[in-house]
Amino acid sequence: MRRRLPFDPWHLVLAPVCALLAAPLAWMALSSFMNNAQLNRFPPTIIPGSLHLDGYNYLFDNAALPTWFLNSAIVSLVCVVGNLVFCSTAGYAFARLNFRGSKALLGLMVATLIVPFQLTLIPTFIIMEHLGLIDTLGAIIVPSLVMPFGVLLLRQFFLSLPREVEEAAWIDGCSRWKILWAIVLPLARPALATVAIVTFLLTWNDVSWPAIAISSEAHDTLPLGIASFKSRAQTNQSAIMAANVLTTLPVLLAFLAAQRAFVRSIASTAVKG
Amino acid sequence: MSTVFAQAPRPTEAAARPAPRRRPLQRLLGETPTAWLYVLPAAIIIVGLAIVPVAWSALLSVQDKDPIAETTKYVGLRNYSDLFDDPAFSGAIKHTLIYAAAFVPLSIIGGLALALALNRRIRFIGIYRTLAFVPVVVSATIQGVLFSFIFDDQFGVANALLHTVGIGPQPFFADGGQALALLVVASLWAGTSCVSFCAVVFLAALQDVPKELSEAASIDGARRWGTFRHVTLPALAPVLVFLVLWQTVSAIQLFDIVYGSTAGGPGNSTVVVVYYIYRSIRDSAYGTGAAASYVVAGGLMALTALAWLGQRRREQTA
Repeated sequence: MRRRLPFDPWHLVLAPVCALLAAPLAWMALSSFMNNAQLNRFPPTIIPGSLHLDGYNYLFDNAALPTWFLNSAIVSLVCVVGNLVFCSTAGYAFARLNFRGSKALLGLMVATLIVPFQLTLIPTFIIMEHLGLIDTLGAIIVPSLVMPFGVLLLRQFFLSLPREVEEAAWIDGCSRWKILWAIVLPLARPALATVAIVTFLLTWNDVSWPAIAISSEAHDTLPLGIASFKSRAQTNQSAIMAANVLTTLPVLLAFLAAQRAFVRSIASTAVKG
Repeated sequence: MSTVFAQAPRPTEAAARPAPRRRPLQRLLGETPTAWLYVLPAAIIIVGLAIVPVAWSALLSVQDKDPIAETTKYVGLRNYSDLFDDPAFSGAIKHTLIYAAAFVPLSIIGGLALALALNRRIRFIGIYRTLAFVPVVVSATIQGVLFSFIFDDQFGVANALLHTVGIGPQPFFADGGQALALLVVASLWAGTSCVSFCAVVFLAALQDVPKELSEAASIDGARRWGTFRHVTLPALAPVLVFLVLWQTVSAIQLFDIVYGSTAGGPGNSTVVVVYYIYRSIRDSAYGTGAAASYVVAGGLMALTALAWLGQRRREQTA
């Protein structure tokens, strides 16, 4: 029946809705290629007649954008690796090992999911200050090095794996570490991908804690740098738009390259987290 | 096969069995003490930076720190009473509640509608899904910056569009009355709780609804609404409950978009509770900030408890 229809009427709904959802991004990209004269006209130009690179040029000549980019990359990379290692070891211990305090500790981890992050902001700031980490990348990295959601997600996943394989390896004299490394983790690839993707998204985009922990421009991450840049250079709109594009690009490319994994991780965080 | 092995003792139990009289260390740490090596990093960070601060915040909220004299004195509930005397704080609570009341239903209904539209097999559906899901990855700061330009009163592209349909220029973010509504619009579009996020979650759940039922529905147009009500909607119920809770929590925690766009202004018209806390930390008013975060946390925990109780009652009646 569907094959006989040359045109599905749902296109009439989906095309405009999806265009509307993508429009702000498209306009962001377009306006990054306009110069400020084009941007400050009224009524504003939507489609520029000619393309300019003023914004990008200004950014690379005058802003600390490469530094911010590097800071963001370091923070995200370290946090992704940290979460993969620490969440999988902790998740495995909770799923498979019997130890005193495991129930209580697990309960605390679940509790942190409902504790709003604002509650921890001020003491975390004071702790980081005592550790001498305030206004360094360490202050951003340390609190995000292990996220409870990752521990819980991986624990759920490990619980769902059949025990028989591990038991066989155990009887053959395999150590716990070896079982985890050689048997369990390769099976857990989809769950590990979820943890990696979500950690990357959260740390790359986070601004509320970094805004408190970082005060000097040299240690700004991308979103922080852009927010401060916006308030300083309010009139240089094309440069700000260019900065927006450069910040969004890595996440966007990652999304397009691994769309299935992205969508699955978003859905599974929601349903299992 | 597996039933034979299912009777076998679990490895951890087997390891514990030969030692009926446990060594002291084992008695202290449990059957597999090495497990603590696996959880230690996670435990240190989560207890140290998520659990301890909760208690610490409570302590801070009844103290008054003088940053210049470096003294700390106990002030009881004065921080809390100061807070409720501060019109900026009651304004922040009001703004947060208005925002949540608009954002939560709009994002969930919009997400459900989008998911239903995307849940079919037609040409280009992959492209449609990509376009619809892309906003999830946009950072909230970028989104705030972007929308403050789109809705700029002088050169914003939104006014250009209004101009073409013959509506005069609007002040948008420059007007305290419109700014909060625009924040709702901006946050519906992108970030980790936007319409697209809800659609991803709904779509995942929709694809678990048995195919035969939805196929039957698409052939027999008359039964479509009935199928939706009696098959699809009940199947979505757990996800729906989750999303209501998730969206409410993220609405109350609204910060990033405000930070990127209005910074609380014009006046105090878009100061929401988390922004208020952020400002008090920046002003070194730790006591008030901690008290404010306890007020927010209290509200959130009451909400979670309510949802949990509701869930339990539903499970018992089911």
